[in-house]
Amino acid sequence: MNRLLIPAAVFAVIAVFLGVGLTLNPREVPSPLIGKPVPAFSLPTMDTPVRTLTARDLAGRAWVLNVFASWCAPCREEHPLIVDLVRRTPVPVYGLNYKDRAEDARNWLARFGNPYQAVLVDADGRAGIDFGVYGVPETFVIDRAGVVRYKKVGPLTREIIDAKILPLLKELDG
Amino acid sequence: MAERGAWAAAAMLALACHAAPAAAPAPAAGGAPADPALEKRVMRLSEELRCLVCQNQTIADSNADLAVDLRNQVREQLRQGKSEDDVRRFMVARYGDFVLYRPPLKAATLLLWFGPPALLAVGLAVLFVTLRRRRALAGADEEGGLVEDDDPAAAALGSDAARRA
Repeated sequence: MNRLLIPAAVFAVIAVFLGVGLTLNPREVPSPLIGKPVPAFSLPTMDTPVRTLTARDLAGRAWVLNVFASWCAPCREEHPLIVDLVRRTPVPVYGLNYKDRAEDARNWLARFGNPYQAVLVDADGRAGIDFGVYGVPETFVIDRAGVVRYKKVGPLTREIIDAKILPLLKELDG
Repeated sequence: MAERGAWAAAAMLALACHAAPAAAPAPAAGGAPADPALEKRVMRLSEELRCLVCQNQTIADSNADLAVDLRNQVREQLRQGKSEDDVRRFMVARYGDFVLYRPPLKAATLLLWFGPPALLAVGLAVLFVTLRRRRALAGADEEGGLVEDDDPAAAALGSDAARRA
């Protein structure tokens, strides 16, 4: 009896640890930005004529920032969901065009729809670094005080939008 | 190119990251400065920072787009006279502790730091007690009384050994 007890206990402990390990996604690095003020930025928009938007310009109400690029295949998959999202919430959604060519981005938006309130242009990826971007697309939810409340690395899914984003936006824009 | 690979198939990702393993430090993308001392510091620091696109490479090893950008950041900040610690703090503020290959010692990382030595200590303790008990049994009556039974794990292993002996 004793003879089996110890190995069985060791096995159980290891199994639990490995089991938990299997369900973790190593790509989901917890963002240190959650609960912190949105990084300061001052970026040109894609409008004509070009405007400059800063974090301060967007303060006062909740907003969503969606980092995308025309070269990013998952962004294309995600894009219809963003187009749909802006129909379902009054909260403005801004785009951050990450390391892209202006013309490519413009064509991409013309083709797949432009759901964004404005598109911030981050041609050299510096603002992306400030936002801790490492896998496009990424999506941030910022509250009216300018604090980052949510971040998703990788494409949004319908489930995430329904279960997390929309309830959060409702709460923040309340 | 590298970012695209990151979210495509895992194989693609591996390819993107290994496409050009930087044996020698890859020079700055935009105009390499001819300052060997600075380059040395940049590379030393880059070797401590994780490329989050590739995850198991440092930003010194990786030629992923983001790694190149981050190396340029490191170079630029050092050139501005910032210290290594300033740059580390800059990276951690954006990417979290995960970006550091040498994780800081704090409550959340205690297990990471002390788990392996603790496991080793437990293993050695069990081994020691087992060997002692075995010797005690081999030495039969005169030494048998010395073995203490306060560690249930050791006792179990001991009785196991006893049965086999």
